[in-house]
Amino acid sequence: MVELSLPANSKYSEGKTHKAAEGATNVRNFKVYRYNPDSGDNPTVDTFEVDLDVCGPMVLDGLIHIKNEIDTTLTFRRSCREGVCGSCAFNIDGTNTLACIKSISDIDGDIKVFPLPHMPVIKDLVPDLNVPYAQYRSIEPWLQADTPAPNRERLQSPVERKKLDGLWECILCFCCQTSCPSYWWNGDRYLGPAVLLQAYRWIADSRDEATGKRLDELNDPFRLYRCHTIMNCTNTCPKNLNPGQAIGEIKSALLKRL
Amino acid sequence: MASQNRPLSPHLQIYKPQITSFLSITHRMTGLFLAFGAVLLASWVISATYGPEAFENAQSLLGSWFGKLILLGLTFSLYFHLANGIRHLGWDFGLGFDLTKVQATGIAVLIFAVVLTVLTWFAGYAIVGGY
Repeated sequence: MVELSLPANSKYSEGKTHKAAEGATNVRNFKVYRYNPDSGDNPTVDTFEVDLDVCGPMVLDGLIHIKNEIDTTLTFRRSCREGVCGSCAFNIDGTNTLACIKSISDIDGDIKVFPLPHMPVIKDLVPDLNVPYAQYRSIEPWLQADTPAPNRERLQSPVERKKLDGLWECILCFCCQTSCPSYWWNGDRYLGPAVLLQAYRWIADSRDEATGKRLDELNDPFRLYRCHTIMNCTNTCPKNLNPGQAIGEIKSALLKRL
Repeated sequence: MASQNRPLSPHLQIYKPQITSFLSITHRMTGLFLAFGAVLLASWVISATYGPEAFENAQSLLGSWFGKLILLGLTFSLYFHLANGIRHLGWDFGLGFDLTKVQATGIAVLIFAVVLTVLTWFAGYAIVGGY
């Protein structure tokens, strides 16, 4: 349902300011969303003055610097620090992206870091992703075939294999999922761009024999057709993939089999 | 004990305006406005069947500055919804999904709608004159 403003327990206010050390010359302000489930108080946006002379170049470096040197209670997910694990997805400078591959120098003014939009917050920058994970499971993201397994790999022609390019690279960071206004308003029933891109990844796979069943499952006013081709998903994907196009392909496939 | 009353992370409040979602919501609003405009234009025509006085009333209402503002909005809505509708038809055929094309066609739709709106009103005043 469309609810433009935040619920009462989610309204946030200006929080603490952590000053940089005396004599720091290369200071940038990090404005970071904070929520502490132990206090249960409303979220705040804390300001951290970070000396870039003692910090790496990426937004993730800034967050790690804050956690190591300024406030150890700052909580966020991160792992690979090179854009392949999808853990450090946040709303940075107003759009969703991965902190590890977003340069601090690409941002004008304060570096604003919020959790992925319109999700329940567990703590600070950590959203509860159980719903999108359950949605991912619902599309049965594994190879399904009735023909007996051959003694070797199931072969694909180069043309068939090429159809998976732009799909297999998705790291499920859910930047696109949480950039989609339609997912904001209907996230309980609409599968969202990340999950639908994954659904198409199996529909497009020449080795998969469950295409008909997969399309049946998706042929639903909410699961698939809440996509209105808004295209915020493609606009924000940190891997430069095109979820909007993948959803368009599913719609075409459904139309063509009529 | 940690609170289970989890807050909802900010969304519209923090998301930077995107050309993609801006055009999408504009498409919806112009569509709604055109539905209202269809009723308005029908009432204008129907008013004529009630005689010259009723028609004169409708004319002066639509000719007032507020009426003209509504008509200007309807003109823009018509051209925007038309052009963006064609953009959507392209997507339905699998065309124009590249991000650069999404952005370029989006800006083209905006320019088309503004230019055609201005031209229509210039033509209207030049040919028919003001009311």
